[in-house]
Amino acid sequence: MVTDSPAEAADHKRYFLTHLGLTERLMERCLGEALSAGGEFADLYFEAVLSTSLAMDEGILKTASQGISVGCGIRVLSGERTGFAYTDDLSSERLLQAARVAALIANGPQTQRVRSLRELPSPSLYPIAGFTADAEIAAKLQLIERANQAARSFDPRITQVRVGFNDELRRILIAASDGTYASDTQPLSRLNVAVIAKDPASSSNTTSGSSGGGGRVTLEFFTGLHSPEHFAREAARTAILQLDAIPAPAGEMPVVLGPGWPGVLLHEAVGHGLEADFNRKKTSAFAGLIGQRVASPKVTVVDNGRLAGRRGSLNVDDEGNPTQETVLIEDGILRGYLSDKLSARLMNIPNTGSGRRESYQAIPMPRMTNTYMLSGQDDPADILRSVKRGLYAVNFGGGQVDITNGKFVFSASEAYLIEDGVVTAPVKGATLIGNGPEALKYVSMVGNDLALDEGIGTCGKAGQSVPVGVGMPTIRLDRMTVGGTSH
Amino acid sequence: MSSHATVHPADPVHHPELCRLAEDSVQRALSLGATDAEAVVIQSEEFHVNVRLGQVEQLTESGSRALGLRVFFAADPSDPSAGCRTASTSTSDLSPQGLSRIIDSAVQLARVTGPDPFAGLPEREAFGAHDPASLALYFDDVPAIPAPDRIDIARRAEAVAMACDPRIQNSSGADFSANTVWRSMINSRSFSAQYRSSYCAFSVTPIAQDADGAMQRDFWYSSARTARLLQSPEEVGRIAAQRALRRLGARRVTTQRCPVVFAPEVARSLMGNLLAAANGDAIYRKSSIFADRLGQKVAGENITMVDDGAMVFDYRTQDGATLRVGGFGASPFDGDGLPTRRTVIVERGILRSLMLNTYTARKLSMSSTAKASRGLAGTPGIGGGNYFLQPGELTPEQIIADVPSGLYVLQTMGHGVNLVTGDYSVGASGLWIENGELAFPVEQITIAGNLKDIFCNIVAIGNDLEFRSAGAVPTIRVEGMTVAGS
Repeated sequence: MVTDSPAEAADHKRYFLTHLGLTERLMERCLGEALSAGGEFADLYFEAVLSTSLAMDEGILKTASQGISVGCGIRVLSGERTGFAYTDDLSSERLLQAARVAALIANGPQTQRVRSLRELPSPSLYPIAGFTADAEIAAKLQLIERANQAARSFDPRITQVRVGFNDELRRILIAASDGTYASDTQPLSRLNVAVIAKDPASSSNTTSGSSGGGGRVTLEFFTGLHSPEHFAREAARTAILQLDAIPAPAGEMPVVLGPGWPGVLLHEAVGHGLEADFNRKKTSAFAGLIGQRVASPKVTVVDNGRLAGRRGSLNVDDEGNPTQETVLIEDGILRGYLSDKLSARLMNIPNTGSGRRESYQAIPMPRMTNTYMLSGQDDPADILRSVKRGLYAVNFGGGQVDITNGKFVFSASEAYLIEDGVVTAPVKGATLIGNGPEALKYVSMVGNDLALDEGIGTCGKAGQSVPVGVGMPTIRLDRMTVGGTSH
Repeated sequence: MSSHATVHPADPVHHPELCRLAEDSVQRALSLGATDAEAVVIQSEEFHVNVRLGQVEQLTESGSRALGLRVFFAADPSDPSAGCRTASTSTSDLSPQGLSRIIDSAVQLARVTGPDPFAGLPEREAFGAHDPASLALYFDDVPAIPAPDRIDIARRAEAVAMACDPRIQNSSGADFSANTVWRSMINSRSFSAQYRSSYCAFSVTPIAQDADGAMQRDFWYSSARTARLLQSPEEVGRIAAQRALRRLGARRVTTQRCPVVFAPEVARSLMGNLLAAANGDAIYRKSSIFADRLGQKVAGENITMVDDGAMVFDYRTQDGATLRVGGFGASPFDGDGLPTRRTVIVERGILRSLMLNTYTARKLSMSSTAKASRGLAGTPGIGGGNYFLQPGELTPEQIIADVPSGLYVLQTMGHGVNLVTGDYSVGASGLWIENGELAFPVEQITIAGNLKDIFCNIVAIGNDLEFRSAGAVPTIRVEGMTVAGS
């Protein structure tokens, strides 16, 4: 699955050297300028992104857009301080000027010299996919049209269908004063279907459904299990299902979460709280809990940036470090944090290759990649049978967490009542709320059916969005508060 | 801080070379066969500093420029009802090659789209005249604040917050940001306009900790278009500290139905849903709780909600002069180039107007209410300007005093709002009201209801309307919501 290929790495770099006219000599000059006021570390992050978006609405391909973004962010570290400047003009004058602005975070004579840049082999977790040639646009249009047809023909009660295909090709090159020299070419694509269903007997009974998927993949991905028809049927099925939904229950009860995307629980309940920056500053509810029990012994959670083709995967992080599999919680015990260069150095912990940034205009920070819980021993059917009265939630919208007090929410978009061990009526959307360091202690059963999500996640932190993945087997939480209206 | 705040007199064209690039792009698209074209150019300057425990932690200073292009091709030039094909592109590479690339790709992309009878630029006569200077969106004291002063404001706010109480020993930091944006838009229907805007803000997020180690954070901020109108860092720091401290010792309450009082910051997001439900895009798709409800009752008689894209405020300065300052949501023209205006969306509970851009207005056979929002790429969406709920007579204290037992919400969490069904369910924290008094902090609970009912069950509206950001809603009390807890 993972192959190391230095030849590939050379290819990633070529775009910047040939097309954008950059030289290693210029990079070293910029790094020297960046360290001229006494900074301890500096890095350059060159980025070129080409993004395309196509959308069909009411059966018409209404939207076609394309964006190009090219620039460089220059960062200087001095103790706990970060100086940062960026430019969308890659001329040597503007790069050196940005380096001088970032340098001023430090205040003294130069103390560090720039080490010569050296490139390390990096894996090839995903293909270098092109999305913009005419043939590829034609293929994307076909996927969109197929999804549109499949959603409309699913049920006469489907009244509106929107299908979008978004993709980008992001090229990055990182050169740092510690000698780090890395580059990557990162494809990302996503097919989305959103529908509206209407009950002909009652015009006020209108519902919505959506589905989608993708990853760091080529267009061949969208066949079989990931076909446009699959996503279209899923969107239509959830909208139709909601037409008969009853009010969600309110209060504390056992909750069973289905496999896959419900893993967003982990992202909110523990993932953010384990990002090293919050723990270095002791502003996380998880600060100081390493080695302590934060979950039931059945729970093991990892963050893994090295899964082939996954939306959250990266050959190297945005600081040029290889990504890895990091164990966050092992048999219920908190094991580690997700770190970047700054937090690893200041906290004296290993660098987990988790430094990510939204674009060249943003400063990197520790972020998740693909975060999931490992499979357990339980049969998912037994898990459902074990619940006398509770909620079975199989799909979610987004979530949010307050990392300081640990409280987190995530909103169910497809959920059912469980009555005497049987899944019964679908319920309306409801928010679930819990406390991160406590919630996973109530995990009493873990299914043997680990699944990752279909490739739709985007995580926001401090105004920066990055693509991520989540995953989970079916689990039972003995206690969780469900925010419905039925009481 | 700089002592002189001046409104720039006539806001002349500041970047003639960028205007030329926009104009060239439009012309070249037309020469490649486009029936119509439109270009926007944005140039922005950004300063941001983060201070934590008195030390500068991050400092960013930079500028950027980018151009966005929309092209339209009539499907049948002799038959306007056949509609047009459209595409959009954007780039940060303003070199001749960079621009050629996005002009060519816009033209190529438009070919793959389908003709849409409703797509296209606004009619020529709709554009009208603009006077950006009268909106007072730009103040040159914002870029003029020296960097050490900017850092000092953040530092002082944090220092005061941390000195407030021994239970505050840590902080997520304080920040100060100053931004200026210049925006130009040019299209093939003789529209050409530019304006500048300025914005500065600072915030502080202290962390309070109680004896058993449990932590709570909260924040407070001040923002303004001119440095003159920023609150004092000390005042903001004190409020932030009080907000964090009052959350300490929060507990849960049992699941129940009870009155819920929304503080202005959360009332704003709750009532923002009313404007979102009036969004023309959701209305024409009939995917909003307000679909087919124009002219009908959608809220209580006490509800009047206004969106104003051209709102200007008069402030009294210390020397008695009047300072005119445009609202945070104000702009001279919307994302389609139409003059912004005041629109009463809901008047005494009746849905009077919709939030419309040019496209959605055509879909509904109506006139645009000039609510188009336009980024660089993509077709214009719909966004509000300055919006507000008409205030009532009661003070927030009177509203709380009237509640025998209920929740005073200070913060909501999550995205559990469904505008298709109206279902509303979010995480919440705040203070519990017992016999009209604030009794104890609460957290890890949810509040839920349906927006259709919520808008009709607002039984009290405060007099505390204050524009701290683009939208402003006073304290409100809602009946009939479910609080879920233990």
